[in-house]
Amino acid sequence: MRPGPGVAEAGRQLRAGETTSVRLLEGVLERAGSSEAQVHAFLTIDRDRALETAAQADADLADGIDRGPLHGIPIALKDNMCTRGMETTAASQILAGYRPPYDATVVSRLGEAGAVVVGKTNLDEFAMGSSTENSAYGPTYNPWDTTRVAGGSSGGSAAAVAIGSATAALGSDTGGSIRQPAALCGVVGMKPTYGTVSRYGLIAFASSLDQIGPLTRTVEDSALTLEAIWGHDPFDGTSYSGDYPDPKAGLSRGVTGLRVGVVKELSGEGYEPAVESATADMVAKLESAGVEVVEVSLPSFEIALSAYYLIAPAECSANLARFDGIRYGHRGQGATTEALMARSRAEGFGPEVTRRILLGTYALSAGYYDAFYGQAQRVRAAIQEDFGRAYQQVDVLVSPTSPTVAFEAGARTSDPLAMYLSDICTIPSNLAGHPAISLPVGLDGQGLPIGFQVMAPPLGEGVMYRVAAEVERLAGFDVAPGLEEVAS
Amino acid sequence: MSWEPVIGIEVHVELLTDSKMFCGCAVGFGAEPNTNVCPTCLGLPGALPVTNRAAIESIMAIGLALNCEVSERSVFHRKNYFYADLPKNYQISQFDNPVCVDGHLDVDVDGVIHRVGIERAHMEEDTGKSTHVGAGGRIHAAESTLLDFNRSGVPLVEIVSRPEIRSAAEARAYALELRSVIVELGVSDARLEEGSMRFDANVSIRPVGSTELGTKVEVKNMNSFRSLERAVEHEIARQIELVDSDGAVVQETRHWDEEAGVTHSMRTKEGSSDYRYFVEPDLVPMVLDRQWVQRIRETLPELPAQRRERYRGDGLGGSLAGVLSAADPALRDIYEAAVAEGADPKAAANWVTGEVIGWSRRHDVAASELQFDGAALAELVGMVGEGRISSSAAKEVLDGVLSGEGSPGQVAEARDLIQIGDRTSLGALVAEVLAASPRAVEGYRGGDEKVVGFLVGQVMKATQGKADPRLVDELLREQLSA
Repeated sequence: MRPGPGVAEAGRQLRAGETTSVRLLEGVLERAGSSEAQVHAFLTIDRDRALETAAQADADLADGIDRGPLHGIPIALKDNMCTRGMETTAASQILAGYRPPYDATVVSRLGEAGAVVVGKTNLDEFAMGSSTENSAYGPTYNPWDTTRVAGGSSGGSAAAVAIGSATAALGSDTGGSIRQPAALCGVVGMKPTYGTVSRYGLIAFASSLDQIGPLTRTVEDSALTLEAIWGHDPFDGTSYSGDYPDPKAGLSRGVTGLRVGVVKELSGEGYEPAVESATADMVAKLESAGVEVVEVSLPSFEIALSAYYLIAPAECSANLARFDGIRYGHRGQGATTEALMARSRAEGFGPEVTRRILLGTYALSAGYYDAFYGQAQRVRAAIQEDFGRAYQQVDVLVSPTSPTVAFEAGARTSDPLAMYLSDICTIPSNLAGHPAISLPVGLDGQGLPIGFQVMAPPLGEGVMYRVAAEVERLAGFDVAPGLEEVAS
Repeated sequence: MSWEPVIGIEVHVELLTDSKMFCGCAVGFGAEPNTNVCPTCLGLPGALPVTNRAAIESIMAIGLALNCEVSERSVFHRKNYFYADLPKNYQISQFDNPVCVDGHLDVDVDGVIHRVGIERAHMEEDTGKSTHVGAGGRIHAAESTLLDFNRSGVPLVEIVSRPEIRSAAEARAYALELRSVIVELGVSDARLEEGSMRFDANVSIRPVGSTELGTKVEVKNMNSFRSLERAVEHEIARQIELVDSDGAVVQETRHWDEEAGVTHSMRTKEGSSDYRYFVEPDLVPMVLDRQWVQRIRETLPELPAQRRERYRGDGLGGSLAGVLSAADPALRDIYEAAVAEGADPKAAANWVTGEVIGWSRRHDVAASELQFDGAALAELVGMVGEGRISSSAAKEVLDGVLSGEGSPGQVAEARDLIQIGDRTSLGALVAEVLAASPRAVEGYRGGDEKVVGFLVGQVMKATQGKADPRLVDELLREQLSA
């Protein structure tokens, strides 16, 4: 089963009259129909609404109204982005049946760009996890091997794009939740500079780290999708209001003369040999293509994971306080208001969410604040300083996206610390607020995709995409998951 | 042992901005429940706050009026606690970096000025409103609770005094003065009965001469200045009685019961509540540019204390200056224009704060709608001063002027209220009365002073009350002594 055309290719076909938005959507829905039972990428597919939007996109194009690169393109949304009238659960029991009265800013922007929303994809509950096994509605499996995880927390979006049950998708990335599943599913996943994509309508996990970004099959598709969703939003107080770079500007410029830093700390123990050698191969190819390769050391990366697991839970403990059964969502029974709230939360949240809320509440408690949260903020500052020093030497930094390829389903569910290590390469960019992208560079011996990460300084999306486009050309990764073979 | 009360006051003021603190919903009292709401102030999943610039300007104005320093950089924090009318279960507030710090307010307690330090003024959002149904509104036995989120997210400024207040009277004076400053700034309607201004008092006692602070009790639910004073007074007495009978004050929150005139324990605070404050990650730190602060400073109106001082400079006594300063701005304008026209300030102030206010109340006419100005007041004051009309006639003249009958001179003429003031014609009248009252004249010469009053009355009767009584008195004594 081929996944169908990507964003740029589908757009070309639409404008050449070779296809229609409705036919693109039908292809996408057909692939969803034949894969969902094994993969479970979606929580909601709104077929009727999607068909209506696609028909409108076709009519508009026929009338000469062209809304740009996403016009008529079927896109899936991670189910932590609010869609007016369409169930939005964040994969939690506590939001079962919840229909928001408003659209997230990214959803409005996709609408203005003419995109067709296929449905809402699965995730770890409230985006907390690295395997999409923490969904209250059942896990998403990896299309390359359905005994394995899709990664997470945007596992549904990554799997849908890999199969082609969406032409592109949006995910959210708090500690690697776009890039890590993209790596494990063999697609392109990108986390933009903090503040460039509005978080308004994104159900918050950790506000200072969360960022929405695209999952696509090509680097160009990633840049096209990003352009449609980013930009200043007056409804987000942390939205960046200055000038935005052109993410497409360097796509075909090549990399001659650029300096690429290889992060020393993101290798060694815990990294699978296949991942290390694929990374080294790509670095060597980049060198042949004309970049200067420098090994750089960012010592604070060693403690980034610990800092992350204080900051993210601390913020989540407050962000998730609003789910109390009073105004919306699951309501438990209780004789008093306090008992009702406690019951609603105990029944509504899964174990990982509960664990992080407790962790965060503890870290913020009087007497512990400075030792935990305060110290984590100092680590965060140190990471930013380390990045700053590195970018005085190099244009971008590269590393594996994940120390391992997709792991077996269930392998890490009872060992949270092992699960947390999945994000060791991706977390520093979140703590610093910098952009980073993951793209597939090859398969390991078992035929599982390996992701390669390119990190760039704030608002460095131009140079990040420029290098990523070269990596894509050098990797020549042109395989799709053999889902039918697995199924048969 | 003798005890000294130590009182600090926390004041919450709801700002009268067009929109709420972190969203575009309207701010207003009395709308249908849950009509001024949106995803942000309802705490819906995914909604985000955006800071209201007008509210920040208001708190800067408050801070500057209270002689505070405005921080160059100020940060919002999340204050975490669960409550049904707090939609996010955290309040966006400020913690260790508030907008305003280190100010003071001078308050007048029985003619003595006390300076009360102000620790801070910080910006936060209000909660929604719970109404407990059944069981007389008591939360524990209520059948159900109704939630109205119209108030949720309304900008709230909390002003925290230092524990430098030493009596219930001073507490009241501080609250009154603070309210007059807020009203003058126009940033809030500051209505106690609607809850747009709310007071909490922290009360403790310590042995006279001690500099340590005793265990404090927070007293809530005072909805008038009088109840603030009574509650603080009661709480001081309660604590002294407790300690004098070998008891100990417990750190707690107490609820003032206005009808019973006592405080009741609400909840005991074990240490202090842990609100787990941390920096609000949905908002970036505010940079309060010095030029911005300067612009706000330049737009500050004359404050009540400055105005009272100016009125005292006009020659008004402290009490009259205070009353006039607190009067409607339209009335103050009339006073100021009359003084500019040369009217005697004290007389002008007395007219404005007495008869003019009285007339406007009796006729239910707003001060700004009165058909009266500084020139008319100056003319009226002048006529009384020159003896052209009597004080009682002047009240009638004022009534005529305010009823639209014309200037004071025109009204006095029309209503025939001008006093007979020239000595020759009045002298002739006096002579006639004396001639007609030989027994009274005899009595006077025999040392009976009281007959003068009778004779003045006779002259006034002959002139139908239009003679200047002082002049009549003078002429009578002249002729009687001749």
